[in-house]
Amino acid sequence: MPSGYFDFIRDFLKEHSGLVVTPDKMYLLETRLNPLARKLGYSSIDEMIGVLQNNPNDPIGIDVSEAMNTHESLFFRDNAPFELFKTTLLPELLKRRADKRKFRVWCAACSSGQEPYSLAMVLDELSGKLGGWRPEIVATDISKSVLQRAANGLYSQFEVQRGLPVQLLVKYFTQKDENWRLNDNIRNMITFREFNLLDDPKVLGTFDIIMCRNVLIYFDIATKSRVLGSISRVLADDGVLFLGSAESTMGLTEEFWPVKAGRGVYKHTNGPASIAEP
Amino acid sequence: MKSCLIVDDSKVIRMVAKKILEDLEFQTVEAADGQQALDACKEVMPDAVLLDWNMPVMSGIEYLRALRVLPGGDAPIVVFCTTENDIEHIQEAIEAGANEYIMKPFDSEIIQAKFTQVGLL
Repeated sequence: MPSGYFDFIRDFLKEHSGLVVTPDKMYLLETRLNPLARKLGYSSIDEMIGVLQNNPNDPIGIDVSEAMNTHESLFFRDNAPFELFKTTLLPELLKRRADKRKFRVWCAACSSGQEPYSLAMVLDELSGKLGGWRPEIVATDISKSVLQRAANGLYSQFEVQRGLPVQLLVKYFTQKDENWRLNDNIRNMITFREFNLLDDPKVLGTFDIIMCRNVLIYFDIATKSRVLGSISRVLADDGVLFLGSAESTMGLTEEFWPVKAGRGVYKHTNGPASIAEP
Repeated sequence: MKSCLIVDDSKVIRMVAKKILEDLEFQTVEAADGQQALDACKEVMPDAVLLDWNMPVMSGIEYLRALRVLPGGDAPIVVFCTTENDIEHIQEAIEAGANEYIMKPFDSEIIQAKFTQVGLL
């Protein structure tokens, strides 16, 4: 791919989906966009991107963003973090935060919202245990347009079939033509905020659980270290950080220590037993 | 190896589903309508059923209701796979004992995701 196209697609994706693509991730562009170009009848990615360059509002743009975001847009992605939340984290929080009856979760780089909404549905399913509690879910993303989309809670038929059990679809969504919209009670459980991970997260307050899954892969090493450092300063002493199941803090920071409860689950290195360690 | 009964009156859909399911290491059996599917289940209960709704002779929902009252008929995991994509149909399917529901068009990723969710993979 000529570098001119790379620059264009990088800027386009950043603006449209908040996705940061570094030159070493160029292979990702090719593996994701080649099938799309073929599907849409173009002879090459170059030809397809050419169309988009001439008219950035061409509907191809939506397909391109979705193709690049496909793997960030599952409900209950990897499932294990949500199971851990149900079986361990929530019971521990109910014990340890009984005085305040409050806990806070941060979904960093929430993209189109499937992660915070999955958590909200879990909380609603368990609402019997949460009487009088005020759980707060803050979902942030760098991209205003993506946040707007997330806050709308409107998903295509294809999207609601990725990771979402049909029982939850029926219970928490309302059909709108070809799309499905999350009901207000679930949408109202999330506070969406524009936030750049490179900025100081102290403006968001402190959190008991932080989910920053499969986001750092898009940053260089120095930035990864810096972001992990900032995150550690807003995580409660016994709080838990989720990275992607294939991600690690190894060589990036000494602030975090892996927890046995699951892959990609971290606690403060010198902190007390975390809520993942009852 | 787990078995999956593919029930659809379209031969093309059955072929596509068969290919996807064989890639997921299922042994597949095919039926072109609900009655054929019911007969097949009376012979051998499959582990899973991928089920169309609208078919001649006996519809998917009629088959499902009949299946669930057969001896051992509560065991198979039934996943609807249909163009009926409104909430009323989905609710009716769940009430009749469907475990999951795929709205067509489908692809291998959706089948894989849904089968994983219900513990078949």
